[in-house]
Amino acid sequence: MTDSFDIAVIGGGNAALCAAITAAEAGARVLILEAAPKPYRGGNSRHTRNFRCMHSRPLGPLTDSYSEQEYFDDLIKVTGGKTNENLARLAIRGSEECLPWMEERGVRFQPSLSGTLSLSRTNAFFLGGGKGLVNAYYRTAAALGIEVRYEAPVTHLDVEDGKINGIEFTQNGTTHRVSPKAVVVASGGFQADTDWLARAWGPAAKNFLIRGTPYNRGVVLADLLEQGVEQVGDPTQCHAVAIDGRAPKFDGGIVTRLDCVPFSIVVNKDAERFYDEGEDVWPKRYAIWGRLVAAQPEQVGYVIIDAKSLELFMPSVFPPIKADTLEDLAGKLNLPADRLCATVEEFNAACGDTSAFHPTELDSVATSGLTPPKTNWARPITEAPFYGYTLRTGVTFTYLGLKVNENAQCSIGNRPMSNLWAAGETMAGSILGQGYLAGFGMTIGTVFGRIAGREAVAHAN
Amino acid sequence: MQIDLIQEARRQAEICNACRYCEGYCSVFPALHRERVFADGDITQLANLCHNCRGCYYACQYTAPHEFDLNLPKALAEVRQDSWKAYAWPAGLAKLFDRSGVAIAVGLVLGFALLFLLAQALRPESGKGFYAYMSHSLMVAVFTPAFLLPLAAIALSLRSYWQSVGGGRLTLGDVWSATRSAGRMKNLEGGHGDGCNFEDEDRFSQARRHFHQATLYGFLMCFASTSSGTVLHYGFGLEAPYGLFSLPKLFGVPGGVLLCLGTAGLAWLKTRADPNLGAPAAWGGEMAFVLLLFFVSLSGLLLYAATGTVAAGLLLPLHLGAVLTFFLLTPYSKMAHGFFRMTAMAREAMLAREARKQ
Ligand SMILES: Cc1cc2nc3c(=O)[nH]c(=O)nc-3n(C[C@H](O)[C@H](O)[C@H](O)COP(=O)(O)OP(=O)(O)OC[C@H]3O[C@@H](n4cnc5c(N)ncnc54)[C@H](O)[C@@H]3O)c2cc1C
Ligand code: SF4
Ligand code: SF4
Repeated sequence: MTDSFDIAVIGGGNAALCAAITAAEAGARVLILEAAPKPYRGGNSRHTRNFRCMHSRPLGPLTDSYSEQEYFDDLIKVTGGKTNENLARLAIRGSEECLPWMEERGVRFQPSLSGTLSLSRTNAFFLGGGKGLVNAYYRTAAALGIEVRYEAPVTHLDVEDGKINGIEFTQNGTTHRVSPKAVVVASGGFQADTDWLARAWGPAAKNFLIRGTPYNRGVVLADLLEQGVEQVGDPTQCHAVAIDGRAPKFDGGIVTRLDCVPFSIVVNKDAERFYDEGEDVWPKRYAIWGRLVAAQPEQVGYVIIDAKSLELFMPSVFPPIKADTLEDLAGKLNLPADRLCATVEEFNAACGDTSAFHPTELDSVATSGLTPPKTNWARPITEAPFYGYTLRTGVTFTYLGLKVNENAQCSIGNRPMSNLWAAGETMAGSILGQGYLAGFGMTIGTVFGRIAGREAVAHAN
Repeated sequence: MQIDLIQEARRQAEICNACRYCEGYCSVFPALHRERVFADGDITQLANLCHNCRGCYYACQYTAPHEFDLNLPKALAEVRQDSWKAYAWPAGLAKLFDRSGVAIAVGLVLGFALLFLLAQALRPESGKGFYAYMSHSLMVAVFTPAFLLPLAAIALSLRSYWQSVGGGRLTLGDVWSATRSAGRMKNLEGGHGDGCNFEDEDRFSQARRHFHQATLYGFLMCFASTSSGTVLHYGFGLEAPYGLFSLPKLFGVPGGVLLCLGTAGLAWLKTRADPNLGAPAAWGGEMAFVLLLFFVSLSGLLLYAATGTVAAGLLLPLHLGAVLTFFLLTPYSKMAHGFFRMTAMAREAMLAREARKQ
């Protein structure tokens, strides 16, 4: 099979599939090398639910309009300005034509899910979620004659004279080599390699949970960076959220999300509070809690709520730990009971008038004289039964990546590489230096996947 | 009902409720997302809303080997199957649902055919067409109770079902809304109009919906054929055999063809689909039921084709034996699903109406 392919695409998620399909539609013979076995194909993309899409009038499931400028402003807010404007605008502008492109290739959309109405204007939800999307693309790929190898992790790329000369991958215990004319890297970040995370973060990272695929270990990324391919971002940057501490080490996905923090107090293993739980509405604070919990002893937090708050947030996959008294709850959570009671008492005493309480808006129902304060939704924790969840840091993806230009092309020694392109998570750091906007990951993957496919095929022909 | 089956479905429903990615596939998910905790009756109701289209299985990121081990189509199929048994009346006959479906159906068809053959010994002196073999009054004497008793049994089953899922007052509007959605097989469209995942893993296709529709409408037309025959007989004194352009034939022939094609198609699809996404133990019984319906329609068409030949003498008892078997097994076979599903959908319509009022 050595030279029978024009293009090899490394990875089997959204970005890889968009690149492969685009190239095959232009007539190229395409090989997809996917590290995961078939049931786990699709990387982190199989866990997604929507992509963020600019549109000037109602489009598919999207209501109203969402302009380039508004989209860009939303991005700037979350990245604190650490954004490559040129590439970001390219992704934003490209998103509008993605929606019909996706539909033509079998992706189906659905109205914004119950509990996520606030996104119905900006984010288009995939029917069946990301795995439905990935399945549709694999069907399309098969119809185009794209060859897919599962359980075929790429181990090495030969970089020579600013060019990829060959790819090594293993399958069934043996090493194979291919030398396609062009290569697209779409193999995600490195978050599943917790040793690497630990090198960047310190030993605390060993306690992190990985929300998505165990196959994104950054092997290709490391291999290319070692050979001098240009890097963007640094390994300490990652997107991390606080998730249910009982989640599996990998692949727990969306259902391990906990939305109850704003109605709770959160304590560490010494039963001490450490941050304002009511700082802002949850979607806006979701991402900082990953780091907050990571900074606590043993990287664990405990959410404490009482009966009156139980139904105010979306149910999550594991039922809360329940007890009739705070002492019992402390026992079940392995917290020092006297400390927990003291912390709750102190918090309760600092709560004031709660008549303005409003679960979905900033209500300024705040504590007074407490450090750290709770600035919204501060209601005393008094009504039995009491409930608790453990919180752990759940890593979504890492930002360290390959630096690309507006053609998704990688570079080495400040010169573009003649036959290497990158798309998706593995180059997302070229666009965002930090922070994250819901649904932008799939937008980057789709837009830059298509660009990479287009450029690779132009080179191969 | 079996608690372990309900418990497994509940475990999975709780995961879906935290995920919601499948919301748009069918009416199971909006009903599921309405609850926070699932009573046994809620699970039974969800199970009877599910059409086993499998869209939510192939789209699920948590199917085995993932430790969450999601297989909602299977979990709901198991509860559904069990609910039909649990609410069957009389309870003793619920066993008929199980396994040896083909054997039961074949045995019954042959047994009844034999009875009818014996009845021919008492062959009428006069009579045209079928009635040359068997008197009209004998047919009526056999089929009237064979039709009405199973209906009564179904009605009692549905009453138990209704009580177990929480009761409430239905309006005609609710029933009409359920009928409309069943008539279009709306939920088999898969929410996006591409159909369901059945015979070829995650590929969406309309095959199942179309074959099912052919079966349903074919069946209804055959039923209309018989009913119009009865009306002609009693109302207008017009007796069979009827000409090709009479109502019974205009309904019966195309209805029979549709039913034949529809059931053959469903049986074929069933052999292609992954049995582990349904209730594996019920596979045989379901297949037997589809084949029985196929046999009813085929023998009916053949009988018509054979009018006036000697073959009719043998085909008539076989056909009638099959029809009789079908009627009697209705409350204890896959046929029950239609009644339960309609009830479940009417319940959804009722709840939606009540929610609008609030
Ligand atoms: C739980 C969760 C929910 C999310 N929800 C959303 C959302 O709703 N919207 C959104 O926009 N973003 C979401 N994201 C982020 C989103 O998943 C990513 O931005 C996006 O999927 C990246 O796509 P990708 O194709 O670059 O990477 P991936 O989809 O992760 O694909 C990488 C692929 O590379 C393969 N691979 C890795 N190493 C190798 C190797 N050495 N050789 C061969 N193949 C290899 C992997 O197996 C995988 O198939 C979510 C992430 C998680 C974890
Ligand atoms: S079947 Fe799977 S993907 Fe669908 S809602 Fe349930 S958990 Fe989510
Ligand atoms: S199998 Fe089909 S009908 Fe049943 S719950 Fe899943 S999507 Fe709905």
